[in-house]
Amino acid sequence: MNFKNAENRSQVYETWRRLKKSRTAVIGLILIFILVTVAIIAPLLYDYNNDIIKQNIKERMQKPSLAHPFGTDEFGRDILGRIIYGARISLIIGVTSCLLCGSIGIILGVVAAYYGGMIENVIMRFSDILMAIPSILLAIVIVAAFGVNLFNIIIAVGVATIPQYIRITRASVLTVINQEYIEAAHSIGAKTPRILFRHILTNCFAPIMVQATLRIATVIAEAASLSFLGLGVPAPTPEWGAMLAGGRAYMREYPHLVLFPGLAIAFTILSLNLIGDGLRDALDPKLKK
Amino acid sequence: MHRSNSEIILDMKNLVVDYETDDGIVHAVNGMNIKLNRKQSLGIVGETGAGKTTTALSILRLIPDPPGVIKNGEIFLEGEDILLYPEAKMRKLRGSYVSMIFQDPMTSLNPVLTVGEQISEVIRVHRKADSEDVIRKAKEMLEVVGIKSDRYNDFPYQFSGGMKQRIVIAMALACYPKLLIADEPTTALDVTIQAQILEVMKDLKEKFDTSLILITHDLGVVAEICDIVSVVYAGSIIEHGTLRDIFKSTKHPYTEGLFNSLPNINARAEFLKPIPGSMPDPTQVYTGCAFYERCKYAVDKCNAVKPPKIWLNDTHYVVCHKYDDIELTQKEVENNGM
Amino acid sequence: MGCNILEVESLTKHFPTPKGLLYAVDNVTFSIKKGKTLGLVGESGCGKTTTGRCILRLLEPTSGKVIFDGKDVTKLRKKQIYLLRKEMQIIFQDPYSSLNPRMTVEGIISEPIKINKLIKNEKDIKKRVDELMDIVGLASRLRRSYPHELDGGRRQRIGVARALSLNPKFIVCDEPVSALDVSIQAQILNMLKELQKELDLTYLFITHDLSVVNHFSDDIAVMYLGKLIEKAPTLQLFENPLHPYTKALLSAIPIVDIDKKKERILIKGEIPSPVNLPDECRFAPRCNYVRDECFEKQPELIEVEPNHFVACPYAKIN
Repeated sequence: MNFKNAENRSQVYETWRRLKKSRTAVIGLILIFILVTVAIIAPLLYDYNNDIIKQNIKERMQKPSLAHPFGTDEFGRDILGRIIYGARISLIIGVTSCLLCGSIGIILGVVAAYYGGMIENVIMRFSDILMAIPSILLAIVIVAAFGVNLFNIIIAVGVATIPQYIRITRASVLTVINQEYIEAAHSIGAKTPRILFRHILTNCFAPIMVQATLRIATVIAEAASLSFLGLGVPAPTPEWGAMLAGGRAYMREYPHLVLFPGLAIAFTILSLNLIGDGLRDALDPKLKK
Repeated sequence: MHRSNSEIILDMKNLVVDYETDDGIVHAVNGMNIKLNRKQSLGIVGETGAGKTTTALSILRLIPDPPGVIKNGEIFLEGEDILLYPEAKMRKLRGSYVSMIFQDPMTSLNPVLTVGEQISEVIRVHRKADSEDVIRKAKEMLEVVGIKSDRYNDFPYQFSGGMKQRIVIAMALACYPKLLIADEPTTALDVTIQAQILEVMKDLKEKFDTSLILITHDLGVVAEICDIVSVVYAGSIIEHGTLRDIFKSTKHPYTEGLFNSLPNINARAEFLKPIPGSMPDPTQVYTGCAFYERCKYAVDKCNAVKPPKIWLNDTHYVVCHKYDDIELTQKEVENNGM
Repeated sequence: MGCNILEVESLTKHFPTPKGLLYAVDNVTFSIKKGKTLGLVGESGCGKTTTGRCILRLLEPTSGKVIFDGKDVTKLRKKQIYLLRKEMQIIFQDPYSSLNPRMTVEGIISEPIKINKLIKNEKDIKKRVDELMDIVGLASRLRRSYPHELDGGRRQRIGVARALSLNPKFIVCDEPVSALDVSIQAQILNMLKELQKELDLTYLFITHDLSVVNHFSDDIAVMYLGKLIEKAPTLQLFENPLHPYTKALLSAIPIVDIDKKKERILIKGEIPSPVNLPDECRFAPRCNYVRDECFEKQPELIEVEPNHFVACPYAKIN
């Protein structure tokens, strides 16, 4: 309505403006920002070979102190350092699997919705089958079958999220596809790829973004679970789930061994969920105006 | 014109409603005054964003809050200020004393209840009656709006748009309200169906003895059914009078523009005479007349000073500087009119 | 008298539904002369929009011919349809949903030019967009605005500019003003009329509002349940409507003249569902002059007066 002071207001800007209003989302953003920053500058804080993976039996099981703010683990390694390096692994797994499996899911979802008929049926039944298998079981099978390495873990925890992307994309494409501007695009002679990507997908951005944020959280939790079960990133690479598993035996006497990795997982997932919820509200067209 | 106080059903004084949004404060209603007598029907005419629906919702106190806030004003229903009522008392009023018909009949009925149940519910909430009585009454209401009572157990989806609007009207009238507010009741319908619904409403207005506020953008609909007309622009009334006042001695430039931009079925002309410019920005605060930018008679004064309300006769007033001179000679009329 | 730029012959569009065939458009025939406007009038569900879409082949007609400029459009292969797009364009009803909310005004108007490679040079495209915005009366400072920042009238102007960007000869106007406020409606109608004169455009003007086409059209065709039931030059149709449905439609329009008491012809009931229709006059179940013969077979469109066609054999008697 008000065009005078509203020029150049793109979707991204609008979303950011509304996201800022949600206190919880801002807290989530700050936490994630801190996490990403320390993950990036980790090599400046700790020396990977000496501080993170080298065993130092003399200093094992130390309570939190100035030298080791989160204490040390059963091999005398600094827990804070391992959590920071663990964040790198978790974030890599989260983001890569989201990008990889997200793209697969989005493409399948768009194709299903746009072409319909037999193609849609096949894609949707495939996604139903994937959903029917418990995700952790699926991940275990994949890792067990293809071997334990970072790439396989990313695939293993990501596969179970594909159906979610397919469904959310298909649903939002179906609402957009009946809008008159899609017909308008046909009427000016636009070809299918252009209609799909420029006209349809750009307008499905909102729900997919929300979904992606929430899926990163579940994927990180899933990866930690895999490690906890001993199928994750192999030792001595620091990984939050593996740290939990390692500390489990000493939980009664030395609770800090599991407390801090546990908190790291919890806070990361909480922040991502807060951002996801905030995004959902910020992108909800019903809340506009 | 009746002056006795008990005859006045609705007296809205200087209502101001704002919506506080992210993009600033939207001034939806800026000082609306409505006085409605028993059995009178008032047409509120205006375009998108003129504040018609907000005015109607305020009478029922149904403004979504947040973001809507009633900033100022009083709304008297038969002499009592309903803005001071507690919510529970207000709830009793809705549907029994005042009821409302919304624009879209497709969404104003609950799809999982039969139409009979929905009409009965209204009666049951407001009247103490045993269930047989309620059902008999509901069936009677269906017949009144021209639907066979054996369709009592049908669901909304089994009815077409026009039929649904009839059912909505039956619900609205089920408790004999003294005031019926119809918000664009025929806009979503086809012309031939609109004609049917208007007939039903005209007929029932008499039969049920209710006052009516009809909100519409369509001057043709107003001409069919209303006695008095208020033309609103940017949240306040700019011209008000009887049907004859407004249609036959149009005064305000905006009202004039509205009539001119209507394609008239009886007078074919090659080009229409539209009002230039676009809808007013609802977040803007006007120091002068809100219509200034689009008005062909505008002078500097219009932008600087709020135009006064000028009574042209007992029933007709206009809010425009164009008639400033008349004000002096007819001061008396204003005093009488108030 | 110019020659026909568009000839529609026995155009038919059926949609299969679970309950049976839906007769959206049934054997519709009409033609439009170059530079003229045909108003296609009817109530919701009468098939007027589907007719427009079929002519542009945004929908595939079930059968019939659409001859545009001497070529049969329905014979074009899918790959050739884009050739059609430069000649025939459409203006949509809803200026809120017909513009991609993620694109700027400039993006929307320039897209057809880029897709059809009418102008290659970025700078010239910009110039052309400016020119188009000027033609439809949009201030050039709005070029970077998004549709949701503009009001209905301005958005509809964008829609018009988009349609004009390909220099079409023929435009289907699908209820272009019914979503707009009265004062804005008149602006857009006047603009379309001026553009028609300047650019020698031919319009198919689809609407439910007879008073709008009165101003706009040279000829009017009335549709009911997929059928064309009356067709005549505008003046003739308004002065002497013959089909009972057209009469009712005309009388149902609320008029603003409070002194003119007019007789209202109310028709019973509502438009039935267009699925599995029997071979009878489509309007018979609601007609005030119905007789037994009406249920025997569908009436043909016959010329009862010069250029005045009616699909009711009793039109002159009633």
